Amino acid sequence: MNEIPVTMTVNGEDRAATIEPRLTLADYLRSECGLTGTHLACEHGACGACTVLVDGAAQRSCLVFAVQAQGAEITTVEGLAEAPGEPTAVQRAFEDCYGLQCGFCTPGFVVSVTAFLRDNPEPDDREIREALSGNLCRCTGYGGIYAAVRQAAAELAEAQGGAS
Amino acid sequence: MKAAPFRYHAPSTVAEAVDLLTEHGDEAKVLAGGQSLVPIMALRLGRYGHLVDLNRVDGLRGVEAANGHVRVGAMTTQSAVEHDPMIADRVPLVAAAAPHIGHFQIRNRGTVGGSIAHADPAAELPAVAMALDAVMEVGGPEGAREVRAADFFTSMWTTSLADNEILTAVRFPVRSELQGFAVSEVARRHGDFALVGTACAVSVDGGGVVTDAAIALFGVGPTPVRAASAEEALVGTGPDADLGEIGRLALSGVDPNDDVHASGDYRRRAGAAIVARALGTARDEARGGRS
Ligand SMILES: Cc1cc2nc3c(=O)[nH]c(=O)nc-3n(C[C@H](O)[C@H](O)[C@H](O)COP(=O)(O)OP(=O)(O)OC[C@H]3O[C@@H](n4cnc5c(N)ncnc54)[C@H](O)[C@@H]3O)c2cc1C
Ligand code: FES
Ligand code: FES
Repeated sequence: MNEIPVTMTVNGEDRAATIEPRLTLADYLRSECGLTGTHLACEHGACGACTVLVDGAAQRSCLVFAVQAQGAEITTVEGLAEAPGEPTAVQRAFEDCYGLQCGFCTPGFVVSVTAFLRDNPEPDDREIREALSGNLCRCTGYGGIYAAVRQAAAELAEAQGGAS
Repeated sequence: MKAAPFRYHAPSTVAEAVDLLTEHGDEAKVLAGGQSLVPIMALRLGRYGHLVDLNRVDGLRGVEAANGHVRVGAMTTQSAVEHDPMIADRVPLVAAAAPHIGHFQIRNRGTVGGSIAHADPAAELPAVAMALDAVMEVGGPEGAREVRAADFFTSMWTTSLADNEILTAVRFPVRSELQGFAVSEVARRHGDFALVGTACAVSVDGGGVVTDAAIALFGVGPTPVRAASAEEALVGTGPDADLGEIGRLALSGVDPNDDVHASGDYRRRAGAAIVARALGTARDEARGGRS
């Protein structure tokens, strides 16, 4: 069989497996790691539901083969919060602002928005809209999602200010 | 859908990668950012027996300045050039084009070389390469060679690269002081491929008269093209030039397709308008650069 050993860190945990090269990182996370928070819809890069952090950068896990993640540090939506029951500011904001209905797209949005606010803590309106353009939601109409980004940005800014 | 099975190779030098491509012939395909190749494989529009992943090849990543050029390694990500201060300063047209490529999650993995080698007729970076007369550095079985952008794009999704050659770097000329640049496009939504777009560079003299102009169009034919007659018409003009007329002239030389997104006629009219707008922006910037 054409299988290759691969090791990577997923949400801080070392993982090793022997897999077919055509297995995508998304399928690896779901089937080998049991982390089903990473959702798959289009499987060709258009919808963003499968977004995870690869060495800190938000990427489509359906467009990365798991063997390519050899040695990488992966963070999925399950790995964002410090502990179960302690959602991040971004996760709380999605709940508070009705940024989700069925929740299918939510993990991708939460991961994307987390990376976006880390790199751009004081986004303007246009930047938020542009950042959200890479994720598709078929339920909410984006108003709540936009509001969630605003709330999370404000809360993170306050936490920053409070800390210094 | 899932990709068909393939063998995965992760060479660490260009020579090794070229050997693998030579050995496996048209069964083999180069994998760069995968942002175009993996969707093609997932949709089963393409199936390849062997993928040669360039991500672990030494020396293909990074941006460096060298006598009059900025050299961008083929595997440098689109995000990296988007945020590189040296690119913003010395090759502003590349910095202006990058945010138009897909979404930030795509640009975090998609590469400069991948975009140019993929040669999508609606893509931004191939048009930028045409506008700036960039030079492609190519590695193959006989060693390295260079190809001018004008000779690189041969038809839709096709370049003059042989099956066993790799694009290793792209050299962009450094801007001069009296030059201005702009990218403008019409897309259905931010991050979508352009229905029609343009990348422009304009040089002026101390009196603000245009001395040189480059107008590259994308989304209007099988390859990005330069609008030579419009470029000529702009040279020698001052602030009173009728840019609308130049825009129409630029699009008169192409015959864009009709498709589900827009008619060819719409592309021609919208293209004329954005060329006029981009030239205005580029010319103002060139004049502003006058000290
Ligand atoms: C949702 C979405 C939206 C997008 N929107 C845009 C857009 O608006 N504009 C745009 O320009 N692009 C867009 N893209 C495509 C994206 O920019 C790709 O990154 C790019 O087209 C290919 O670069 P890559 O590094 O991902 O290459 P890959 O997908 O890995 O490769 C693409 C092709 O080029 C060949 N290749 C790659 N590198 C080399 C090399 N160094 N030498 C020889 N051959 C090579 C491969 O064999 C393959 O045939 C979009 C993609 C997605 C998924
Ligand atoms: S499932 Fe990966 S982008 Fe849609
Ligand atoms: S909440 Fe249902 S798809 Fe977004």
